[in-house]
Amino acid sequence: MAVVKVTRPKLSAGEKIYLGAVVKGFFITMKHAIDSLRGKSRGAKDLESSGLGVTMQYPEQKWDEHLPEHYRGAPALVTDEQGRERCVSCQLCEFICPPKAIKITPSEIPSDDPWAKVEKRPLEFDIDMIRCIYCGMCEEVCPEQAIFLRKDYAITGLKRADMVHDKEKLYEIGGVRVGLVNKWNELK
Amino acid sequence: MDLLVTLLVIVAKVIGLTFLIVLPLVPISVYFERRFSAIIQDRVGPNRVGVPLTLLGAKKDFSFFGLIQPMADGVKLFLKEDFTPVHVRKAFYWLAPALTVVPSLVTVCVVPFGGDITVNGQIHKLVIADLDVGPLFIFAISSLAVYGITLAGWSSNSKFPFIGGVRSTAQMISYEISLGLSVVPALLYYGDLNLSNIVEQQSQNGWLLLPLWGNSAPWNNGGDYTAWLFWIPAMIAFVIFTTSVFAETNRMPFDLPECETELVGGYHTEYSSMKFAMFFMGEYAAMVIGSAMVVTLFLGGWSLGPWFDNWAKGVEIGPIGIGGLINMAVFMGKVVAFILFFILVRWTVPRFRYDQLMRLGWVIFFEAALINVFLAALVIAAPQFGAAITVGGLIVLAIVTGALVWALKVSEKKTVPVSI
Repeated sequence: MAVVKVTRPKLSAGEKIYLGAVVKGFFITMKHAIDSLRGKSRGAKDLESSGLGVTMQYPEQKWDEHLPEHYRGAPALVTDEQGRERCVSCQLCEFICPPKAIKITPSEIPSDDPWAKVEKRPLEFDIDMIRCIYCGMCEEVCPEQAIFLRKDYAITGLKRADMVHDKEKLYEIGGVRVGLVNKWNELK
Repeated sequence: MDLLVTLLVIVAKVIGLTFLIVLPLVPISVYFERRFSAIIQDRVGPNRVGVPLTLLGAKKDFSFFGLIQPMADGVKLFLKEDFTPVHVRKAFYWLAPALTVVPSLVTVCVVPFGGDITVNGQIHKLVIADLDVGPLFIFAISSLAVYGITLAGWSSNSKFPFIGGVRSTAQMISYEISLGLSVVPALLYYGDLNLSNIVEQQSQNGWLLLPLWGNSAPWNNGGDYTAWLFWIPAMIAFVIFTTSVFAETNRMPFDLPECETELVGGYHTEYSSMKFAMFFMGEYAAMVIGSAMVVTLFLGGWSLGPWFDNWAKGVEIGPIGIGGLINMAVFMGKVVAFILFFILVRWTVPRFRYDQLMRLGWVIFFEAALINVFLAALVIAAPQFGAAITVGGLIVLAIVTGALVWALKVSEKKTVPVSI
């Protein structure tokens, strides 16, 4: 095996004294301090800073309109143009979910329903947001494009029970998604 | 009756200066540290904790720049569970935090916080104990703080705290020497060990690092450039002293006893709630006292130029001359500015490796401080002796310095690349 002899770099006298570097560092630090006091920190504009540094002050200002296209927030169920539940309770997402956060109770569609001829719909669809890891595999696996990760991220509650999203809540987050089934195409 | 009044004055001074000035400065400097660090790092820092007026029905909270934050921190630390692990040596474990706080608070007593206050024609100095051995007293007492740290590390009966304690001991020993030696030039210059007199002298004759008025300026003393020449050893002493104070207070470039990347939390890993807060307080109080020391010895203490000082002396409210309080405000301003410098250094200089720290203390600063003492003595003595002796002294000094540097170079271990 080839031996690579690593020697320490030879420092010049100025570098050995070390004070020059300290002074240089001092100026860099001061520049940051002054810039952030003037609200001119690098990147402050892009990050919607509140005027001091680059920080956005969270509850008052939010990041919402800057979320990237591919942002993976809370998973939610969507309806199609006709207001029809897309989920057919195939339970693939339940199976694939790595932390087992999804729980589906399948059921039939009653015959008097206008969409009676459509396959099935879930009776219960719960996602435990304490367990959810936002991996997006439910979205990936869904054959009907019924579940999507939306941009909601501020999911809070006072009890564990509060953190379970039921079907109603999931449809509320999801809303309507227009377009054909286009699983393998780009998202509309 | 007279004794009673004297005692009352002493008690008032102790309570006023310790509990109303230095102890509140601790949480305030923590707040400053958090805010200033945040600004340096392009963040905001604690700016929320205030008076929650919305709870009382008002439209907006009164956040007050987050200045209530220190109070909230204190309350939090008081209310936390005070947890004592079973494996510790109880007595020493409980004793250690007190041992770190007390020395820092005791050293307060010789720091002159301001000029004189005149009450009914009686002059009261704004210093608790007007000792004639001020700096010596501070060194003697503040070096005791390391006992607390070592004891904490040892009594925790756990490995990382122990290493932290041992490191602290070694660090403290290596810095006490240069700390003590570096003030010798300043004390030579003043010819006095009483801190009040030192500040008084600086107020009239120019600060040690700013010899621009009074007797130290050449145009006032018949062309004697001693004070200006003395600026060089004074500056060296200032750098060494300040660095040593950083090491003494376990501040950032030298915070090896508690560096969390290597030692989890260092000597206070096993401590919680108020006992931890005592370590914290001790450290910050030491920082306040260290700043006060530097300001007093090198930066003119409570003085702000003779014009201002003379004006402040005359300010009176009724029979009480409050010039001292104005001076105290100046002093506090300087101390706070120096604390900000402390914080700035924390974010400027990376942490030293342990052997680098030892080398800096024992090999570089010790020698530099020693040579600096000779240099200072030469500068002070030069006008009395003739040019010949001065030049001779300079040559001897240069030879000694050269010899030291040469010895340093030779003793440096040559690194031989190891082939595997």
